[in-house]
Amino acid sequence: MKRLFKTYLEKPELAGLILLVLLIILFQVRSHGVFLNADNLRGILGILPEAGLVAIGVTILMISGEFDLSVGSVFALMPMTMAVLMVHGAPFPLALLAGLLVCAAIGFINGYVTIRFAIPSFITTLGMLFMARSLTVVVSGGFPPLLPIDLPNWLFTSFVGPGNMFRMSFLWFAAVAVLTSLMLSRTNFGNWIKATGGFLPAAASMGIPTARVKIVCFMLCSVLSGFAGMLQVLRLGSPLPSIGEGLELQAVAAAVIGGASLTGGIGTVMGGIIGTTLIRVIDNGLVLSHVDANWFKFAIGFLTIFAVVANAWMRKRAKAIKMEA
Amino acid sequence: MGDAIISVRDLHKWYSGVHALKGVTLDFRRGEALGLVGDNGAGRSTLINILSGVHRADKGEIKVEGREVSIATPRDAMDLGIETIYQYNSMVPTMSIARNLFIGREPTRFSILGVGILDQKKMAEESIRAIANVDLHLRSPDALVGELSGGQRQGVAIARAMHFKSKVMILDEPTNHLSVKETNKVIGFVRGLKEQGVTGVFISHNMHHVFDCCDRVVAMARGEVVLDKRVADTSIDEVHSVL
Repeated sequence: MKRLFKTYLEKPELAGLILLVLLIILFQVRSHGVFLNADNLRGILGILPEAGLVAIGVTILMISGEFDLSVGSVFALMPMTMAVLMVHGAPFPLALLAGLLVCAAIGFINGYVTIRFAIPSFITTLGMLFMARSLTVVVSGGFPPLLPIDLPNWLFTSFVGPGNMFRMSFLWFAAVAVLTSLMLSRTNFGNWIKATGGFLPAAASMGIPTARVKIVCFMLCSVLSGFAGMLQVLRLGSPLPSIGEGLELQAVAAAVIGGASLTGGIGTVMGGIIGTTLIRVIDNGLVLSHVDANWFKFAIGFLTIFAVVANAWMRKRAKAIKMEA
Repeated sequence: MGDAIISVRDLHKWYSGVHALKGVTLDFRRGEALGLVGDNGAGRSTLINILSGVHRADKGEIKVEGREVSIATPRDAMDLGIETIYQYNSMVPTMSIARNLFIGREPTRFSILGVGILDQKKMAEESIRAIANVDLHLRSPDALVGELSGGQRQGVAIARAMHFKSKVMILDEPTNHLSVKETNKVIGFVRGLKEQGVTGVFISHNMHHVFDCCDRVVAMARGEVVLDKRVADTSIDEVHSVL
């Protein structure tokens, strides 16, 4: 019993999960039952995958001990690349592939520069934030190109499921979440990610290719962000060059609320998802409860700090529960 | 004494102009516990870093079991059966004991290009056995290494090296910052190596610890070996006098 309690207290995503449940109850009551009705849930679940995919990438990268501020810009650059290519006659699959390759290249550059020159990824990706955003505007020529009308929306944004509850994007999101979760917890590569972020010298001295592990995480993070940007553009129907602004910090907040540690080694994909959901729930719940929507950022900020404090406290409590060694 | 398991001949290393190793020639014999002592900057760490694949020698020859080898990475050293245990560097505190035991050498059920699904059952079973084999009593292989004491961590590191059948175990300052009780435990581990036929290289500042558990003591100063004697044939005072 004590061991079980300790095990759960040690779960990094626990604080976020408790907060999420409490807030859902609060908003459900405050909105007189509107919050959890089908229409509102459909709205929340329809846009959750976009921020959620970014948060998954950012969380995994943070577990490996690095950081990516360029995700918001990549989020805009990827669909813009696709749109420009399609305007010039490229078919959708080719444009998709090219867009994902651009993301992978950006992730590679982020990782390579960070490791090769031993500089903080905060700096590398801050630079990339500006460069990728600028490229987005440059390739669009300042005008968002018109998307072709025959896009495969059925594969990405159409509503499906019982009562048309989900968009297809949710299924992509769920699949990515399950796969990345399994990767972290069940594969040797996941073990390397945690070891690399947990304590780099130990990972290196045990023969883990830490540079390659980090670069792969950077690339995964960029690719997921770009893919999420494409989902948003398909949902909105237009590749605006300004989408994703501020997303990088929201994604970090989501990862941190979900228990990821800024210093690496700790965190779960589920935590990142819980954090994102929490942010979406607050965004939506405040409006439904007739609270001035300008309190949204205040709430996110407060929650970020609160969740980290709560997590630190719980971990300390867990450590204090002495088990016989 | 057994035959040489590792022999180094005329090993040199320069660090940006500093001649850190000046032609070291030394045999590590099978099954012995060798104490390597010396002041900071004497060349001990350089020698060990070369043997464990962290640095490469600029000149000289290394033979393992009579065969000339090239040790370019920590992995090469491990594959040759040379395992190095650092005071702080060998465990990830945020991970469980079982995960730490298999870092970089995880058993997988199948894999593609070296990446595969962990065999968690095997990891749990083998880690319990590995820990018990070094006489370490821990509640569960799922406990986080960060919650273990310094001595217990050294024990887990030694269990890991034993599990992977290492032939030479290099312990870099394993008793630093440990309590007396914990130190005795680690010294016990080093003595236990001999029974299992493993060569132990024990690096320490503390002469008493070395004399407590080693068969032979090698002292280094200014990049050279200045003393190489059986513990029975020398004294702490003599070793001190050459350093």
